[in-house]
Amino acid sequence: MRLDPRYTQILVKALLWGMTGFTLFILVFIIVNVSIKGLPQVTPSFLLEAPHDMGRAGGIFSTIVATAYVTLLAILIATPLGVGTAIYLTEYTREGLATRIIRFGAECLAGVPSIILGLFGFVLFVLKMGLGWSILSGGLTLAIMVLPTIIRTSEEAIKAVPQEYRTVCFSLGLSKWQSITHIVVPSALPGITTGIMLSVGRSLGETAVLLFTAGAALRTPTSLFDSGRTMAVHFYILAREGISMPNAYGTAAVLVVSILLINLVAYTLMQRLVKRYS
Amino acid sequence: MDPDKLVKLRLESLSCWYHQHQALKDVSLEVYTREIFGLMGPSKSGKSTLMQILNRLCDLLPEVRVEGRVLLDDEDILSPDYDVVNLRRRVGLVLSKPTPLPRSIFENLAMAPRMAGKPRAQLPEIVEEGLHAARLWDEVKDRLYDSALKLSGGQQQRLCLARVLAMQPELILLDEPTSGLDPISTAKIEETLFQLKKHYTIILVSNNTKQIARVTDRVAFLLMGDLIEMGETSRVFTVPRDKRTDDYISGRFG
Repeated sequence: MRLDPRYTQILVKALLWGMTGFTLFILVFIIVNVSIKGLPQVTPSFLLEAPHDMGRAGGIFSTIVATAYVTLLAILIATPLGVGTAIYLTEYTREGLATRIIRFGAECLAGVPSIILGLFGFVLFVLKMGLGWSILSGGLTLAIMVLPTIIRTSEEAIKAVPQEYRTVCFSLGLSKWQSITHIVVPSALPGITTGIMLSVGRSLGETAVLLFTAGAALRTPTSLFDSGRTMAVHFYILAREGISMPNAYGTAAVLVVSILLINLVAYTLMQRLVKRYS
Repeated sequence: MDPDKLVKLRLESLSCWYHQHQALKDVSLEVYTREIFGLMGPSKSGKSTLMQILNRLCDLLPEVRVEGRVLLDDEDILSPDYDVVNLRRRVGLVLSKPTPLPRSIFENLAMAPRMAGKPRAQLPEIVEEGLHAARLWDEVKDRLYDSALKLSGGQQQRLCLARVLAMQPELILLDEPTSGLDPISTAKIEETLFQLKKHYTIILVSNNTKQIARVTDRVAFLLMGDLIEMGETSRVFTVPRDKRTDDYISGRFG
């Protein structure tokens, strides 16, 4: 059965539009569903008050603080490590056994289920290193989780910088490190930033890892060694233990909106970077 | 041969291998100060390879092996303890494809002097002088902070020349600088070279024999890595000593 090419074109176009639409629909459905059920809870006091009565009443301030701390820590650790590794792999080594092993290791790490990472963090940071349930344990484990993403995206971004730029820098008398820091990395910044933003998004939503490492204390953490409950963990506990569905939705709504906002900020930042450096 | 002319660059038995393939075979020649020295020959004759050896850009390619000596002001630049970074400031290279960096015009010129330690206050002056020397100042003086990528091909190439000149090199290497440019831009660059000859030593690589004949004082003809003939341009083009030179100039191959 051979269809007229004109009809196949229309059919395929409709199919592709349909698939795209469906994907978008799911995204919109999730956002709208969570927002409708959750946004009514989100009042300034919800955001600024600490939780009372196991989370049945009060706000989610302590969870916001814990989420921010843990995510920030993870990014602060993983970014220099990840970007540094990417620079090393692309600029200082030639393709060979060593680079393939490193890359394979990073890919494997990316595939580890987050709950296993949580267990690993528990055993290493919480128990062995004696850090206990803490923001520090959580941040360190999250850093391990997002490291492969940052390495991969940074590597791609640096590789995408045209070789001519480096040639020009060298022939003008710049040293290797100067050309990397002044031309190569800035040109790769949009890609690197994407990797960081992806990692932030993942960290914000991560539950299993933090359950095992940062614990679930409802007090507002004041030091790195305090235990803390992130928004995602709070949502999990509220919903699973049946403590308060409205508050659970409220937390979820705040999470979703935060991720949307961060992506928006990141996008505008990247636009500006791209304009400035090209 | 003018006895007052000093030798700026001397190549002694320079040979070069890409893996097993020999790209340059025992090349020896001299370039005098403040002349435009031409390097001509068909593709794959080793001209670009030679250029890249002169500022040791070949160091970046581990598959390249070099033997022989290259003496810049009587110092062998190929010796392992020679200051390569300084070499690249003294020897400027303009490639065949215009390669502006993704920055403003000002930044393109100011970056290398700044890295070399020039004080910030001097940079605007350095940039302006470089642009003047490359005959680009009038066209860009009102948009120094615009992206260099917005310039036309000919302007970009003059920018690359200005960038090199901003470093005040002693030797300027141009590897087929006008190969992708329109005749007007080509003419502008050739004019600029005549002006620059007063202060700099220039080596011009070209596949375009007419350009060589127009612009250079002395010329060397390379064929498949061998130096076939060398001498004053007017002499080589009127009474070449080697038949292959004659064939190349007449366009029987190339």
